[in-house]
Amino acid sequence: MTAALFNAGFANLPDYLGQHVLLSLSAMLLGLAISLPLAVAASRVAWLRGSSLAVASIVQTIPGLALLALFYPVLVIVSGFTTATFGFGFRALGFLPAMLALTLYSILPVLRNTVTGLGGIDPAILRAARATGMTSWQSLTLVELPLAAPIIMAGVRTAAVWVIGTATLSTPVGQTSLGNYIFTGLQTENWGLVLFGCIAAALLAIVIDRLLTLAESGLAERSRWRLWSAFGGIAIVVIASLFPLLGRAQAPVVIGTKSFDEQYILGSLIQTRLSEAGFATQRRDGLGSAVAFHALVNGDIDVYVDYSGTIWANEMKRTDSPGRARVLMQMGVWLEKTYGIRCLGSLGFENAYAVAMRRDRADRLHIVTLADLAAHAPDMTVGGDYEIFARPEWRAVADTYQLHFAHQRQFQSDFMYRAVVGGDVDAITAFSSDGRVAQYDLRLLGDPKGALPPYDAVLLVSAKHARDKKLIASLSTLIGAINLKTMQQANLMVDRDVDKRSPEATSRWLAAQISR
Amino acid sequence: MIHPPGPMITLERLSKYFAEGSAAVRDVSLTVARGEFLVLIGESGSGKTTTLNMINRLTEPTSGRILIEGRDIRETDPVMLRRQMGFVFQEVGLFPHMTVGENAGITPRLLDWAPGDIDSRVRELLELVKLDVAEVAQRLPAQLSGGQRQRVGLARALAAKPAIMLMDEPFGALDVLIRDDLASDYRGIHDQLGLTTILVTHDMTEAFLLADRVAVMRNGELLQVATPKELVAAPANDFVRAMIEYPRRRAKKLAEAMQIS
Repeated sequence: MTAALFNAGFANLPDYLGQHVLLSLSAMLLGLAISLPLAVAASRVAWLRGSSLAVASIVQTIPGLALLALFYPVLVIVSGFTTATFGFGFRALGFLPAMLALTLYSILPVLRNTVTGLGGIDPAILRAARATGMTSWQSLTLVELPLAAPIIMAGVRTAAVWVIGTATLSTPVGQTSLGNYIFTGLQTENWGLVLFGCIAAALLAIVIDRLLTLAESGLAERSRWRLWSAFGGIAIVVIASLFPLLGRAQAPVVIGTKSFDEQYILGSLIQTRLSEAGFATQRRDGLGSAVAFHALVNGDIDVYVDYSGTIWANEMKRTDSPGRARVLMQMGVWLEKTYGIRCLGSLGFENAYAVAMRRDRADRLHIVTLADLAAHAPDMTVGGDYEIFARPEWRAVADTYQLHFAHQRQFQSDFMYRAVVGGDVDAITAFSSDGRVAQYDLRLLGDPKGALPPYDAVLLVSAKHARDKKLIASLSTLIGAINLKTMQQANLMVDRDVDKRSPEATSRWLAAQISR
Repeated sequence: MIHPPGPMITLERLSKYFAEGSAAVRDVSLTVARGEFLVLIGESGSGKTTTLNMINRLTEPTSGRILIEGRDIRETDPVMLRRQMGFVFQEVGLFPHMTVGENAGITPRLLDWAPGDIDSRVRELLELVKLDVAEVAQRLPAQLSGGQRQRVGLARALAAKPAIMLMDEPFGALDVLIRDDLASDYRGIHDQLGLTTILVTHDMTEAFLLADRVAVMRNGELLQVATPKELVAAPANDFVRAMIEYPRRRAKKLAEAMQIS
């Protein structure tokens, strides 16, 4: 078990580590290019000192995940603007937002230490620098910066450790990093994988921290030997970890997944199909629901599975519910016309949002449908995933049934199920294809007024690959191939607490079921 | 060498007011002849250091002007002006990350001298200020004694062969014996190199020992400029009399003490 886990961990290490180092290094270099000149200017201009430190401190208080997430919509807007004005856009997902957010994070420690270091120089030395006939620039480069160098380097060290740690949060915006271990492990309750990711990121941070400490003492003691060995060590770490990236095949097909188990299983299934057909592939795992769709629109990802109702309500802004077949058809036309996206069809099952309760509790209160629930809701707490309460479907349900709960709580999906089983919440927004509905004996409440649209799992292909016959052919074998029961079983294999399987192993099981 | 006639340094109705309106220097006019050793003396806050700083444009005057060899210093770029003058001050201000040799050679380096010329100039300078070249050239300032450090400060100020030396209480922080040694060594260098020196101090004994002429300042005003002998013979007012009374009284007591023993 442990050996298998670590083999799985190490198999991805060259890619994850390489991407992590490339991301951190780029953010640090860009950060230094901003913070050092800014600090020098701030040390000479009083108002700039106060304001730049204040702004950098505020940036530092923004939670890392939020800062990373904020860059995505900003870049989408900027990219839209540059496309309209200059005829070119750029990828708003992945490397760029992650790097820019980390760059902002790296600024404060370097800025603060540089301002402190330059401000702490003996005035007699500054007077001597002027009196011996140094220009302001010469005083800076020959005297002030060399004297402040150890303090500046301490700031660089702090920034580097922060950036390496925070870079693990770049997975949800589609940038591969060591955080992929952590996010995948969290979703699949594979705590060993989470630990593996934490240890890998911590080791990287510790190694860089030690090398920069050596550089710092080299500067303080004026030991060239130490300084060069420190930078030599850093160069070796960087080159060794970037090496695997260089050999990678060009322009792989990028498969996106949202952040729950079914998506990981299907992502793995799609990846295997494409690899067997001879495509180079790459994964962008754990994307937010809306992020995944916009990533497909922008061509940041090429293939992923979404659910018809999600696009119907969130992208097409439709509030009616004309039935499974019509939703599927109209959605396919709309996607093609609006974005050139190709919908290959339904995989054969629905993963609908449905409100669920413990069966015994529902029986006691005589609750069978959402209409029955409405009478009890004002005394109840409802649990949901991270997005449902902000989605139009939830508003539709609430309006249709006058469903108003006393409290709403949000959970990562595993914990959501546990919360309803344990009685922490009274009802949850479950997923109909989730194996845990049956496992925990939950009742899915009926929707007699049809407030929720159907949620067929659909395979979507980006405009770029919409006419790629070979790719379409290799994926078409999945259309209509998975029924609800099979998907529930597959999901349960990953979700259950005993005899858990990895999404990869489960996807192999699923592939075997399909071919039978 | 043939020099143009006229004074080396001329201060014309020089004033410096600070932002809040208080006057540091008020209407000071003064000439210093070529090769002269002028000591500017006064209590702290008398404006003597501000006056000195204005001569190499570390501080800009509010009004009045300064001429060097008849030329207004405002016509010269301040950086170039400073490279032509030596400046020594009490805190020394050696660059702690540079060796003694690098410190002494900094102004020639800023003036883009050839490395070989800088090396030989540094050697010459360290000998001039009586330091052992082989022993100290590669050391960092922190490894020197206070007296040695100020000798390096002196060497640094003299490096680019300036005609003018500005000194702000250069010996003030040193022990008495070292201070006398260094002061008399410097007076020797002044004469040997034909320098024009303005030295700021609050110690009248030092002024009498070193100066060709003494300029007494109080509250930003120049009270009297005279040779030590003239000053003793005809102090301009009670303040000047009080100032010269102190070393005289000290010398008298010292003489009595010597006779008894």
